[in-house]
Amino acid sequence: MIAGRAFVYGDQIDTDVLAPGAYMKRPLAELAQHCLEAVDPNFASNVRRGDVIVAGSGFGIGSSREQAAQALIELGVGCVLAKSFARIFYRNALNLGLPVLVLDAPHAIARGMRVEVDIATGRVAVPALQLDYSAQPIPPFLQALLADGGLIPHLKKRFAARSG
Amino acid sequence: MMTLAEKIIARAAGKNLVRPGEIVTCQVDLAMMHDSGGPRRVDSKLRELGVGIWDPDRVVVVSDHYVPAVDADSAEILSFTRGWVAERGIRHFYDMRGICHVVLQEHGHLRPGMFAVGGDSHSPSGGAVGAFMVGIGATEMAGVLATGEIWIRVPETLRIDLSGALGPCLSSKDVLLHLCATLGMNNDYLCIEYAGEAIADLSMAERLTLCNMAAELGGKTGIVAPDARTAAALAAAGAPNTFDPSWRSDEGAATRHHRVDLSALSPHVAAPHSPANSSPVNDHAGTRIDQAYIGACTGAKLQDLQMAASVLRGHRVASHVRLLIAPASTQTTLQAARDGTLQILTEAGAILLPSGCGACAGLGAGVLAKGEICIASTARNFKGRMGSAESRVYLGSPYTVAASAIKGAIADPREVHA
Ligand code: SF4
Repeated sequence: MIAGRAFVYGDQIDTDVLAPGAYMKRPLAELAQHCLEAVDPNFASNVRRGDVIVAGSGFGIGSSREQAAQALIELGVGCVLAKSFARIFYRNALNLGLPVLVLDAPHAIARGMRVEVDIATGRVAVPALQLDYSAQPIPPFLQALLADGGLIPHLKKRFAARSG
Repeated sequence: MMTLAEKIIARAAGKNLVRPGEIVTCQVDLAMMHDSGGPRRVDSKLRELGVGIWDPDRVVVVSDHYVPAVDADSAEILSFTRGWVAERGIRHFYDMRGICHVVLQEHGHLRPGMFAVGGDSHSPSGGAVGAFMVGIGATEMAGVLATGEIWIRVPETLRIDLSGALGPCLSSKDVLLHLCATLGMNNDYLCIEYAGEAIADLSMAERLTLCNMAAELGGKTGIVAPDARTAAALAAAGAPNTFDPSWRSDEGAATRHHRVDLSALSPHVAAPHSPANSSPVNDHAGTRIDQAYIGACTGAKLQDLQMAASVLRGHRVASHVRLLIAPASTQTTLQAARDGTLQILTEAGAILLPSGCGACAGLGAGVLAKGEICIASTARNFKGRMGSAESRVYLGSPYTVAASAIKGAIADPREVHA
């Protein structure tokens, strides 16, 4: 279960907004300070561990740079809910252990509202609205990957099982 | 009955048949990485896994994003990349020879029917030769390097039927910008197959642009069924002749359809900050520019430079504009020098930049200051991509960028050319 405050954004939050090119050569901690600043200048200083991003369609569109997902993880983002994801971002996020769920139903989630997400079932509870929404659950084999902490720990387990 | 993409995936997955939506594991025929998302990002992950590369001969590494080094950070990245390929025994390494998607095809690494992955979002470019190639991130690349395989959800195919012929000063960039406006950028998980009677007329360079920008349409990848042009290009690139006419979609295979009549198109320009903000050039004509940039995998191949030269011949760039040209590869520069294209460009006042991603990714020479306006032949104009978050980038074909450079403002190339 992930619970935190909602940060709500619109459509097409692209990878240049999540991981600006100008800071791509810098260490992740520094890059992360500029995450989303083009649309929300104080995001990095406001966001706290477990907070949830709620966005529109095409989240993570653009480049394949996985720093787009890493910056969110670095800042403690617990989960991203979006109407749809760019496919490379979607894979990157799960591979790095960041839960991402498709929530394509219309919703009234506003900035700062507490959001509780059950990764296994896709249930999204919003106490302030006294409402539950259903996000599409993550396919089971990807949930297994997520549970292991991402692709690398998942593969490590697989290699260990093979040689063991 | 299967589409071309389904046939390639089925072959790579060791199955007779696959259907859209199905999740399968594929053996990778080729993996491409560049200096930005490649060695420096995958190395620690491979070390963590404690394994080597499944097949170093199936890996191609291209240093193109940070070339040539502009500061100590970029020099370190390039130096690390060189050391890494040597240590890992990777023979196919192109250091500052051009942009990865172009270099890969110039050197015949991609062939029809291949299942390939690239550590870059414009990897759909590989579809130009009839390969199925998707972009992936660094962690996933580490997984591929360690195992030689990857899971994939079989995409539905969106078949774009092209008919008619492109008018003067029109190119595949205009086709794509038109598609971004009509189909939007959320064609998630679709394989976009460019087909129809007009595809035969489009050069390999134009097909590369179409497939490359399938990424802007949000597609999983783009592809063109191989034909006689493909076979000729493969032969010229020294690739083994693997032309096989069965690499095409079966008539009647389930696809979505979209039609574009090329003869009805006008030059298109995408306004800041999205390729989908595109409309006919006249909507933006007269917008004053500070910089015109002809570069990137989508916009600076030999044919792109020739398009620009056909407009610039005998003209001068407006005095307040800087026209920067970064040929897509060193081979492109050589060919453009031989055929006189470079002379036309430089006589018009263009400034030549090194071959590489450069300003397209906001990494190299030619980035923009606050408040500046640029028209570029690149693929993306997201906020801040080419420099300051307060700069504005318009996208257009090399013809349109060249015409705008002459006028000092966004212009219809057909008016300058006439
Ligand atoms: S030229 Fe631009 S679009 Fe092409 S690979 Fe480089 S950064 Fe990407």
